Order: sequence, then structure tokens, then C-alpha cells
Amino acid sequence: MPSALAALEAPSLVPQEPVLAPFPIPIGVNLPRAALTELVGGISSGRTSLLLSMLQVVTEQGEFCALVDVRNTFDPESGAAAGIELSRLLWVRCGGNVEHALKAADLLVRAGGFGMVVLDVSGAPASVMRRIPIASWFRLRHGAEHSGAALIVTGEHIQAGSCAKLQLTIYPKEILWSAKLLRGIRSIAQFSKRRGEANVCFDSRSR
Amino acid sequence: MFASIHAPGNLPILLDCAKRFSPLVEITSPDIVTFDIRGLSRAYGEPAKIASEIDRVIGIPAHIAIASNPDAAVCAAQGIAGICVISPGDEGQALSGLSMHLLGCPAEMGELFDLWGIRTFGQFAALPATGVAVRLGGEGVYWQRVARGTARRQLRLVEEKADYSREMELEDPISLLEPLFFLLARFLIELCAELTTRSLATNEIRLRLTLEKKAEHLVTLRLPVPMVDQKALLKLLELELSGQPPGAAITKIQLTMEAVKPRVTQEDFFAPAYPSPEKIELTIARIRNCVGTGNVGCPRVLDTHKPDGFVMEALGGPLAGARGSGSLNDVRLAFRRFRPPEKAQVISESQPVHIMSAVARGVVEIAKGPWFTSGNWWRADAWNREEWDIALRSGALYRIFRDLHTQAWFVEGNYD
Repeated sequence: MPSALAALEAPSLVPQEPVLAPFPIPIGVNLPRAALTELVGGISSGRTSLLLSMLQVVTEQGEFCALVDVRNTFDPESGAAAGIELSRLLWVRCGGNVEHALKAADLLVRAGGFGMVVLDVSGAPASVMRRIPIASWFRLRHGAEHSGAALIVTGEHIQAGSCAKLQLTIYPKEILWSAKLLRGIRSIAQFSKRRGEANVCFDSRSR
Repeated sequence: MFASIHAPGNLPILLDCAKRFSPLVEITSPDIVTFDIRGLSRAYGEPAKIASEIDRVIGIPAHIAIASNPDAAVCAAQGIAGICVISPGDEGQALSGLSMHLLGCPAEMGELFDLWGIRTFGQFAALPATGVAVRLGGEGVYWQRVARGTARRQLRLVEEKADYSREMELEDPISLLEPLFFLLARFLIELCAELTTRSLATNEIRLRLTLEKKAEHLVTLRLPVPMVDQKALLKLLELELSGQPPGAAITKIQLTMEAVKPRVTQEDFFAPAYPSPEKIELTIARIRNCVGTGNVGCPRVLDTHKPDGFVMEALGGPLAGARGSGSLNDVRLAFRRFRPPEKAQVISESQPVHIMSAVARGVVEIAKGPWFTSGNWWRADAWNREEWDIALRSGALYRIFRDLHTQAWFVEGNYD
């Protein structure tokens, strides 16, 4: 009898975990949500250009973003030119204090409701960054997993290490000039934590 | 039942008297106040006793009328001297002798009644309702009901501007924040309960602390969205006071809330999640407490050619900004700005050839420029500069400029 009625069994009503769609980014990959991503690169590598394009995608989808800026180097004019909806971007200026930046990022990533939280540690002294315990990065990752935000840590060097789900390293390839004008930067994005993923070349153009 | 008091030129006294009997009060005209007396029979007895109690409380000569509807009470108070109590069903008879000028109808209609030879309520009430409707329309029918004492309407209640504030003078001055928060919590619970009962919220809280041997300490919280959550408001005040504590012992506390209508939003099932206003306000207050006021917010680019022209604003609501499809645009070259610009020593011939600064040093491989920009020459924040884009041998790209007033070189930022 049970086998005869098997087809009439009620469907399972166990609630399914909501699936958070990843954010597409302009270099042809998806940015994972509820995870920590590291975006690293040297000066003039094109790293910030790629970061702003990620913020543009997320704010244009109607989601809110937060940018925790350790050295106050974000340029709103560049942000607006990249297409970021600035009214959906919460900018926290930490005036060089890494401790404040970590605290602010932790509060924001746990607050919920933000699609993307960026912790920009570019320019922070290496000696200070080395003193950050690994537990802080685990705490940030856990906050992102809990709230569903895409947490991006960006700087010159890898900081979060094993806490990051995706590591993107940007290398400069060439500077694009045209007569008296700076046209842009050609960069290469290397995926450190995805086996088999080919490097991607992209241009950051000024106009 | 409704009571109406008529005493020319004594509106404050009339209002005060009416509020002692009922919260539902209407200022019918500058000389008349009408109020609802239903339910007062338990306290005072029959309507006649209520009328004599009103007469006793008011303390000045006034005409008082009680009737089953507000219009009948108003007409009776105007036209019948002393105390007049009209039993339900007797309104037509009681008002029949009143002069038509007490009806309060429009002047044109009054002139028409004059031409028709109608002088009293009784004469108007006796006209056939159909004939009145044909000649005067719906308005005429209403005024005839008033004359008959059968009109029904709601009172136009006096809107009170309630004062949502609490204050306390302290016998012993408070020098610690902890006991202050305890008192503030009590005030907030009471005020939020008052606001909630009136379906209101607050968007501004003002805390005035009188200090011992010092000027007053003022704290003003302006909330981007109306809130009525006492815990969130207390936390906001705690954070604000922890960041800027009063400099001396507190002798008096005064807390005032600005009452506004609460925010009403309809959630969109398909819209992306956005931070809850209460939660995000608390989070921002915590961050502000940490990084300083003015360092948290949404940047807005100013309509100016001045370099780095922007202001910080509050985070927009769920409907902030235009919403697109999240399409992938081309990657735009970004600029990272040094604030303030880094001073530099530049060896320059026709163009920069070597730079020395805290952030960039070395031989300049490529230099493109110059571009001249100036503005605001009539103000103190004038600028006049010569800009260059330079690439160092290391591959780093910078924007440098020379201030043409001081001839000093600066590194404005780097392209990244």
C-alpha cells in the first residue's frame, strides 16, 4: 500500500534557504554574496576602477552599499562618473584609523540590508595591517554570511587570506595614452582561489 | 447630546469651560463653543443639571443650550437667553420662534427668504421639503433640516498642538551619565507611549541639560525618518551624549519631542532589501561616535568646477535615486584623491621631469598637460592651478598640480 500511494505523498514543506543571486561584474565573473572577497593590486593597477564598477552594478540594481574608506581617498566625482547611484552609497571616512574602519565594517556588515560592504584598506601602514588578528577577518566573514552581503576587502596586499572565498589580484599591463590625454589603464585580473579560471584582461577608460 | 455656550468676546473662557466637560470641543464661531456631553449624565445627572453645572463653572453671563444635535444647540444658544434644554424630538418646536438671521445660511439665500416673507425658523420648517429642494437644491434642504432641528453632523474638533516634553529639576546634581540615561529612559517611555496613542512619531528630539556653574548643554537629534521606538531613541541619545558629554553636573533635564506623522510605506515584494531605518540610524550613530560627525553619509557631487566639490548627506530611503537594471557598463578609470593634497618638490623644465613627495618619488617618464583651471577668484576659497598627468617609471599614474598663486607643487591623487 505505501508504494501504491507514494505518488500522492504531500510535498515537503521544509522551508528552503533563500538563494542570493551573485552580482555580475564587468570582467565576466560573478561576485559571491554572503562571502568575503579580496580585491588586491598595486598603485595604478586598475583595482579601484574595477571596484567602482562593482558598486555601480549593485547600486543600479537598487541595493544599498557601504564603503569604509580608511584613508579617505574615495573620489565622489569618479564614483558618479562610473555610474554609482551615490544616494545609495554610505561612505564612512576613517581618517587613517584602521581600528575604526574594522569596527565600522563589522557594524555595517551585521546591520543587514546592504548588498555590498567594501572595506578599503589601501594606503594603511603595513605594520598596522599585520597587527590585525585573523579572528577579525573571520568575524567579518561570519557577519557577511549572516547578513547575505557581499563583503569586499581591497588593498595593496592580501589580508584576509583563508577567510576569503574569492581572491582577485589586479596587475597593470599598460597605460593607454592618446596624444595629450590619458585614455586609461589596461589590466589583468587573476583569480587566486578558482582553479581553472583563466586570467581576464580589461581596460579602465577615462571617457 | 450636545451643549453650546454663547458669550460674545469670551472665547478663551468658553474653551476652558468646555474642555473641563469634554475632550470633543468645537469652536463654532468666535462667540460660540459646542461640545459633546454624552456620558456626562453619570457624573451630573439629567441634561438640566449638566446645564446648571456648566453655568456654575463658566462664571460669566452666558447663554447655554443643550440639544440632541450640534446645530440645534448652536441656534438655541444664540436665540434663547439663559439656559435652554431641548428634549430629543422637541427641537422643531423649540426653535420655531427664532429669527431667520440666526440660521447662518449664505447671504444670498437669506435675501431670498426675505423676499419670500419668511422671518422665522418655524415658517421655513413648514415649507414642503420637495419644493425647497427644487428651488434651493441640496443646500436648501440642509438648512431646512437645521431650522427643523433635525440636521445631523459631526463636530469639527479643535486640533490641539500637544506638547511632548518632560522636564525634571534634580535635588542633587547628576555628574554621571548612567543615572541620566535612567531618567531619560523613563521620559522616553512616557513620551513614546503618548505619541503611539495618537498614532504619531518623532523626527526630532531636543535635550536641554541645565548644568551647575556652566552654560546649558543642548543635544538635538534629527532623525531622517520618524521613529517611535524608545529603545532605539535611548541608544541614539546615549551615543550622542557619550560622544559629547556635558561638562559639569546636571541640575535640570528637559526633553522635548517633535511630533510628526509616522512614515507609511508599502513594501515591494520584488524590491531589493534595504536597511531598516531604525537599525541603520543606530548603526550610523555608532559609527559616527567612532569616526566623528560629518564622516558618515552619502556624498553628493556639487555643481561646480572646484576640485573635490562634494557634500555629505543622510543616506537615502528605499526609494532613493533612480533604479536601473543593474547593467554592466564599461569600467571607468577611477581616481583616488589625497586629502589634503600631498606637497611635492618637482623639477620642471617645460614639463615635470622629477618628483619628490611622501607618496610619489622618482623620474617622470611621461607627463601630459598642462591643463589650467581656476575659479571663485572673488572668494577666499579661490583656486588657480596648472594640472599634469604623470607616469613614473614604476608605472604609477598621478595627477599633480602647481598652485599658480604660491607656485607650490602638490600631488592631488593617483589613477587606479
